[in-house]
Amino acid sequence: MILNTEGVFSGYGKVEVVKDFNIQINEGEIVSIIGRNGVGKSTFIKTLMGLLKTNKGSITFKNQNITNVKAFDRARGGIGYVPQGHGVFPTLTVEENLLMGKLINLQKENLKLELVYNYFPKLKERRKQKAGTLSGGEQAALAIGRALVGNPDLLILDEPSEGIQPSIVNQISKIVNQINHETGLTVLFVEQNMALIQQLSQRCYAMDKGMIKGEINQEALQDYDVLKSYLTV
Amino acid sequence: MSLSSLMNQFINDFSFLILAAIGLAVIFGMMKIINLAHGEFIMLGAYITTLSAQAGVPLIISIVFGAIGVGIMGYLIDRLIICRLYGRTLDSVVVTWGISMVIQQGMLIIFGPSLQGVSTPLGSVSFAGSTYSVYRILLFAISIGALFLLYLIFMKTKFGLYSRATMQNQEIARSMGVNTNRIYSMTFSIGAAFAGLTGGLYAPTMAISPTFGTGFLMQSFVTVIVGGANPLIGTSLSGGVLGIVNSILDTTWGTFFGEIGLLICAILVIRLLPLGFSGVVEKWFVRKRRM
Repeated sequence: MILNTEGVFSGYGKVEVVKDFNIQINEGEIVSIIGRNGVGKSTFIKTLMGLLKTNKGSITFKNQNITNVKAFDRARGGIGYVPQGHGVFPTLTVEENLLMGKLINLQKENLKLELVYNYFPKLKERRKQKAGTLSGGEQAALAIGRALVGNPDLLILDEPSEGIQPSIVNQISKIVNQINHETGLTVLFVEQNMALIQQLSQRCYAMDKGMIKGEINQEALQDYDVLKSYLTV
Repeated sequence: MSLSSLMNQFINDFSFLILAAIGLAVIFGMMKIINLAHGEFIMLGAYITTLSAQAGVPLIISIVFGAIGVGIMGYLIDRLIICRLYGRTLDSVVVTWGISMVIQQGMLIIFGPSLQGVSTPLGSVSFAGSTYSVYRILLFAISIGALFLLYLIFMKTKFGLYSRATMQNQEIARSMGVNTNRIYSMTFSIGAAFAGLTGGLYAPTMAISPTFGTGFLMQSFVTVIVGGANPLIGTSLSGGVLGIVNSILDTTWGTFFGEIGLLICAILVIRLLPLGFSGVVEKWFVRKRRM
């Protein structure tokens, strides 16, 4: 098991958003967390990344307790993160953005810049361009490429489909699947886009009011009505 | 007003504005901390340089001591105080004002109202009917060198890359593995070291007292305001433009009108170009890229 959370509680100040959160992810899996707007998906991801404090419970990554480890050390330990809204650095060039991923997974020294350019050739064409001038789809590709450059053991994506057109969503889904097959990279993503959830997930946790409401296997994931019941208001 | 005397004045004004502002521009531009203790950092650089030179250390090494000493002090001040003010621009004004008073009064208590200075080295040369101080010409060259050094630090090093990323979005930078607290402290320290360098460089040209830095404060703030948030583009452009304005007014009507000219420039820029020169340049670059 690469990631295990036990009874995690977190939130903002005194407001607890994530409550008693338990998930387990095995190496090489692609797992999603689904739920409506505001159920606490991004809060949980930020807690995993160490950007929000874990008030109670524990997080174990690669058999090490990282509950109190700082965010930058979690990244250095091998967690690649694609934030909601992509989070590229707008005034840095595409290549500088990609080099920012260099510190991810310091145990593995190889920088996967050329590999990222192979997956996303547009980024190579635009490597000297400021990231803020890219389209939404290109920014999404850049954010994923930046997380992949450091060769992470676990890739976390926070709503990767947000603000981008369906054709780009399909492309991202294909590339993430391809990387998973080729390198065995473990992927955890939170999403509301049903098409992406169905295309990419091997397993899924449904979330509501900050808690896990159920686990959905790949077969059940293809049932539109089941999925819809977890995502509609 | 002859061209050579205007040139002489421009060399003085440009180097003074650049060197006065560069440390402040780094700290404000990168960290959004308004450092009202900037003048005192310059004063400390002058004291370290003067005391080292009086102890027999060669002047050039004394100046380096001034820069390093104030850089280390800046790092400590950041870790102890400024680190609590990241993202709190207005609060930083009050706190750094307090720091400035503590440093100024502390130096008054320890070293008294004045310190015997060191004489200006290198003599002077005559050119086209005017006499130029060689040290002032050297200051002009150093001010350009300081801008180039700033460029190298922030544009060509890994630290510079992580620093620029941290200033844009520190949460994302942290999640990419950057120790943002260390980046902030290093940036503050570099800004302080530039201020210390300025103090050291001007120590042989001015009377040394606890209020030494006050003479730099107005010019440094005007240069940063007119230049905008980008410490490199902003400082170099505003140093050039304000240097021309100041030298023309200075040579024609004297220092008082030169200073009034700087303040009028600051008012005009705040009114017409609220992001300063660097904001205009950056917008132009973005538009050009999109075309």
